[in-house]
Amino acid sequence: MEKPLEGILVIDFSQYLSGPSASLRLADLGARVIKIEKPIIGDSCRTLYCSNVVMNGESSMFHAINRNKESYVADMKSPEARKKVYKLIEKADVLIHNYRPGVVEKLGIDQKTIQSINSGIIYAELSGYGKEGIWKNKPGLDLLIQSVSGLTQLNGNDGAGPVPIGLAVVDILSGAHLTQGILACLYRKQIKGIGGSVAVSMLESALEYQFESVTCFFRDGGAPTVRPKTNSAHAYLGAPYGIYATKNGNIALAMGSIPFLGELLGCLELTNYPEPESWFTKRDEIKNILANHLKQKETKYWLSILEPADIWCAEIMDWKTLFDKEAFKILEMIQEVNMSDGYTFKTTRCPIQVNGAWLTSEIGTPKLGEHTEAINQEFYSSN
Amino acid sequence: MLPLEGITVLEFAQFMAGPSAGLKMADLGAKVIKIERPKTGEAGRQIALKNLFIDESSMVFHTANRNKQSYAANLKDKEDLEKVKKLITHADVMTHNFRPGVMEKIGLDYDTVHAINPKIIYGVVSGYGPVGPWAKKPGQDLLIQSLSGFVNLSGNNEDTPTASGLATSDIFTGVHLVQGILAALISRNKTNKGAKVEVSLLESTLDIQFELLTTYLNDGNQQPKRAEKGNAHAYVGAPYGVYATKDGYIAIALTPLDALVNAMGITLPSQFLDKKTWYTEKDAIMSFLQGYLVQETTQHWLAIFEPLDFRVADVYDYKTFLNHEAYKVLKMDQEVITSDGIKMKTTRCPIRIDGARIFNEKSAPKVGEDNVLIDKEFNLN
Repeated sequence: MEKPLEGILVIDFSQYLSGPSASLRLADLGARVIKIEKPIIGDSCRTLYCSNVVMNGESSMFHAINRNKESYVADMKSPEARKKVYKLIEKADVLIHNYRPGVVEKLGIDQKTIQSINSGIIYAELSGYGKEGIWKNKPGLDLLIQSVSGLTQLNGNDGAGPVPIGLAVVDILSGAHLTQGILACLYRKQIKGIGGSVAVSMLESALEYQFESVTCFFRDGGAPTVRPKTNSAHAYLGAPYGIYATKNGNIALAMGSIPFLGELLGCLELTNYPEPESWFTKRDEIKNILANHLKQKETKYWLSILEPADIWCAEIMDWKTLFDKEAFKILEMIQEVNMSDGYTFKTTRCPIQVNGAWLTSEIGTPKLGEHTEAINQEFYSSN
Repeated sequence: MLPLEGITVLEFAQFMAGPSAGLKMADLGAKVIKIERPKTGEAGRQIALKNLFIDESSMVFHTANRNKQSYAANLKDKEDLEKVKKLITHADVMTHNFRPGVMEKIGLDYDTVHAINPKIIYGVVSGYGPVGPWAKKPGQDLLIQSLSGFVNLSGNNEDTPTASGLATSDIFTGVHLVQGILAALISRNKTNKGAKVEVSLLESTLDIQFELLTTYLNDGNQQPKRAEKGNAHAYVGAPYGVYATKDGYIAIALTPLDALVNAMGITLPSQFLDKKTWYTEKDAIMSFLQGYLVQETTQHWLAIFEPLDFRVADVYDYKTFLNHEAYKVLKMDQEVITSDGIKMKTTRCPIRIDGARIFNEKSAPKVGEDNVLIDKEFNLN
């Protein structure tokens, strides 16, 4: 199958997760992605470890984020290397970076310079806090953006203090927004023949992520975020929305009618809440009743009652339990990729399906500078 | 000029994942028309946070559906369906999130639509993928967070599974749908052919765990273990986490433990000198740091750490953050106005194109608000 972005060339200067997750998506959609890495160290993510897990000499995170790409080593402070990279940029459709303000000027890859080399390019930049204001030079790390943006106040129970989301959700979302902007501009380039620029900041992405609760804050006069006392899964939603312990595990309940749930589960106390408004205003007492009731029997028992009634419910699973399910297996969500030295590893595939086919790729992670020579030959041998 | 100008999107999708994709395309310049059942409209109009409504529709609906038009049509009515089919001949994209079989019954399944308009990009959101034992299960954000392993990553070790308190699965699925649709539009410019693009809440929620899953798949399948206290990432070593101070909290991201301890003016116990212990003894190290950090204010620590460019931050709630100078400079909010003149303040698109922020004051439409206009524009009568 021809992938939708075949023929698109992306030059990626970004490091860590935010920018590289954007170029990973572009690669999986069919683009050719060349990472430009500094000599010796390369992308600093190569040595940024997840649980200290080392795979073929580098971090598992780096492998997850950078498969299906090429690596070209260039010291952008050297004029000769810079000249070569500019040649590459002449041919490119997209340039990505996630440097802090001021760095691109030093490396000679600021927007003005790049657009003077290639006026049709899409110049895409990802920052922590945007390019203006008092925070512009602060380090833009996922946990920090979660912490300043109010995101840590939404998760967990009332009284738990800040509860961050336990993965780099803002990095990934801002990378995904960057991809959206790049794709929209590539479309425009085909129609109108013009390049453009895309700018995303992690802080703005984190705010849009919270658009429901931020809009709520504006709407109700700035009332503070109050999470449910127990069984919280959303600070702004009423009961039963939450996760509940059963006799042998946990069960999630989303939206539903409280009296109906009461009848279904044999918990008659819940029929005392006929008013839908009370499901929010009295959510703590309702959740308490529900929690005491649900812990008396096993998950399977409750699901056997709730599922046939089409109640929005689910068993809490860990990865092992999920991966053993037929419903997971048929997704073929895990793919194996191969590195040039023969090392193979398992990872997830792109979640987007086009014309009934998954966008998979067997290409593993590049070693630092693995493609420098070949790219030099391809782009400069005629000179 | 906005990049998607000239694109027409028909949104049959309801609730959050599909409509959030429509919103992004609208903000990027597309004309997005919601196709809704007459009178009641899409089901998401009645889903409310804090019981908040703007008009007859909830604030949440207004947040995810601003900058769109509404065309009311009863898809079970032959005449209405014919009009919608005519509209489809003019559209570039359509999206839906009906459970498998529903669009076939209505007669707007991919094959039928493709025959009407071979150039259309047909976007589908499902809970668990189009086939398999879970294909007909309800796909809802919290449920997907719960069964995908996502809820086992947040909160502290002794806590019950902890969901993210917002529609993370929906949001990412919508984002992925936009990515697939835009890629297909780019491809269409070369091939002149449409495409079917499918995403599911489950696959998208697994995708956002891709770093951790890759680690899990290659470390002998060890289950994630959250920190005892101040957990921020089950897989990252100390000091990564959130710590209480004398008057609040401080978040410490990727900062070398030895440098941090030096800056705090304390000595790292010898048993933590080996960097391997920063993972293996994470809880003990975090507890050791907590004992000192709680003795001074957040400001005290920031004043020490920030000049050293450590990866640290204060922890804010909305009141502090949304009134902060660093927020205001973003100009991230905008006011939208309904056709009745009701104003609502909300966020804007986070993507800047050609150096400009994207604002649009058009609010969410009433059900069928644009029927007359659309009938006329596309000559549907």
